[in-house]
Amino acid sequence: MTDTQPATTRALSQPVRFKRRNRFFSRVGSAAIVFITLVVLTVIFAPVVAPYNPDHADLMNVLAGPSPAHWLGTDSLGRDLLSRILYGGRTALVGPLLVVVISTTIGLILGLIAAWRGGWIDALLSRIFDFLFAFPALLLAILAIALFGKGLTGPVIAMTIAYIPFIARLARGLVVSEMSRPYVQAYSVLGFRSTWIAVRRVLPNIFPVVGAQATLYFGYVLADLASLSFIGLGVQAPQADWGGMINESRGSLQSGDFLPTLAPALVVILVVVAINIIGEELSERIGGDFS
Amino acid sequence: MADTATRVVQLRKQPGGRGSRRGLQALQFVIKRLFSLLATLFVASLFVFFSRFLVPGDPARFLLRGRSPSPESIAAVTAEYGLDLPPWQQYLNWISGAVQGDFGKSLQYSQGVSEVLLARLPVTLELVAMAGLFTIILGVGAGAIASLKRGRFTDRAILMAATAFGATPAFVLAIILIAIFAVSLGWFPSFGSGEPGIDRLVHLVLPALSLGLALVALVARVTRSSMNEQMKREHVEVAVSRGLTTRTVVWRHVFRNALSPILLVTGVLIAGLIVTSSIVEQAFGLAGIGSLLVQSVERLDFGIVQAIVLLVVAAFVTVNTIVDLVQPLLDPRIAAGSETR
Repeated sequence: MTDTQPATTRALSQPVRFKRRNRFFSRVGSAAIVFITLVVLTVIFAPVVAPYNPDHADLMNVLAGPSPAHWLGTDSLGRDLLSRILYGGRTALVGPLLVVVISTTIGLILGLIAAWRGGWIDALLSRIFDFLFAFPALLLAILAIALFGKGLTGPVIAMTIAYIPFIARLARGLVVSEMSRPYVQAYSVLGFRSTWIAVRRVLPNIFPVVGAQATLYFGYVLADLASLSFIGLGVQAPQADWGGMINESRGSLQSGDFLPTLAPALVVILVVVAINIIGEELSERIGGDFS
Repeated sequence: MADTATRVVQLRKQPGGRGSRRGLQALQFVIKRLFSLLATLFVASLFVFFSRFLVPGDPARFLLRGRSPSPESIAAVTAEYGLDLPPWQQYLNWISGAVQGDFGKSLQYSQGVSEVLLARLPVTLELVAMAGLFTIILGVGAGAIASLKRGRFTDRAILMAATAFGATPAFVLAIILIAIFAVSLGWFPSFGSGEPGIDRLVHLVLPALSLGLALVALVARVTRSSMNEQMKREHVEVAVSRGLTTRTVVWRHVFRNALSPILLVTGVLIAGLIVTSSIVEQAFGLAGIGSLLVQSVERLDFGIVQAIVLLVVAAFVTVNTIVDLVQPLLDPRIAAGSETR
């Protein structure tokens, strides 16, 4: 029978197949987690792991290619690239971590309050969020730099504020759908305090979904903060930072020395890809249970 | 009283009555969206203007950071910005100028802010337009191919490429494209915006690609999943069993119905391009609005920063509103209020 079917319609008659997985993470997802763990550990222990001082300039050894002494070679000032990447990860990862942790915490609280209390609080908060959505995170960060000067502090605060509405709106929606579930009514009939139900029973239930989304935001924030360092408004020059390193070595890119720019560029891509994979797999797995 | 009530019921029963009520609803929807657009713009202008007051200290000295705060320049800046007026008066002066296209004088240039902006605007518009074109053509194309070949090698390859490109920040992509296409192959220039015309287009290819490829990836994924969604639906099954050609089924049934989410995502993403373009313009040394924003932050010219932030927010919100308004036209089910998709 199958061969009488015209070949042209096969693409349409084929059902969309979903893979069944037994493990929580796929093979790619597990690889991403191992990679991120490795990056975080080497970055935390940079002083132990790094072969050189990241700021030590060796002008006799400028733009050297990879060698046993310098695994990734050196940049235009003769600084060891591997060491700079390891140290640069500290500024590159701490910023997004702060943004995601703080905005998730505040966003969860605001979302919970908006859904739980409803009424004018809900209306007011959603007005404020609607307004904040009009400001793209990167633009708010640039405005903060214009006001408070270069560096990471202004952008981190600005991006935290920019991401709160995203988390809060997600949390609010999840809480609203939780509230209609029988267990909430059961607790309330049993005489548990409303705040207790919200914080101890509803919050843990919505946290995984919000956490998965926050993981994805980590990747976006990392990219945005690195972009700011790249255009010279974020982490300032002598300090190692992935975005800043790419900017510093642009001169040698034009003369054909690719490694000083491409090495940190590749690290940024790999880290963001890995985080996106983890975030997507998390929300795929967890999201299924909740929606 | 009862008489009016029955008349209303009768009106509702009339076939024409329903149609005009839907038209009224649509009009209400449009007015509501336009009103909220204006409200957002108003609050945004308040925020952008009064953000300056968040910085502690003397406003004249804030505006003159990095320049010599001589008594004459302080007096000049005080007069220019009306710093001795009450804050609301300063805002009114600023916003009434802004509405008429006058943002005052720049600190770093001898020209007015608006003249500087106008000179820089074409490059940014061309860049965003080109990147948007790439996004729509490549993104929808790749997504549609992936959906038609779903489960096969092509699909997986497109998905993987989408994951990689979607995660690559624009500035990293810019560096990689410069390394490959400008330095190694020498096909495209890596710096400057060129002369208007063909030369400009050639100069904008790499910037537009670095700006657009991440969105291409996202749009491809949305297209793919939206089309896959449609293919599972009964109307497509019926169309196939009626013996319509694949081309007709894909175009008339799958793609047409999958279009609405694609449009929504594309519109919102392209609106976001306006901001990212500042990074790309800076990477390629393009003389656009975005690089002007970065340079003005660098040179502490807050008047220009304020003007650009307000314009970008206005553009961002307006594009989003347009997307909202256009969507029911493309997909009447949204206007009808039934979410049976």
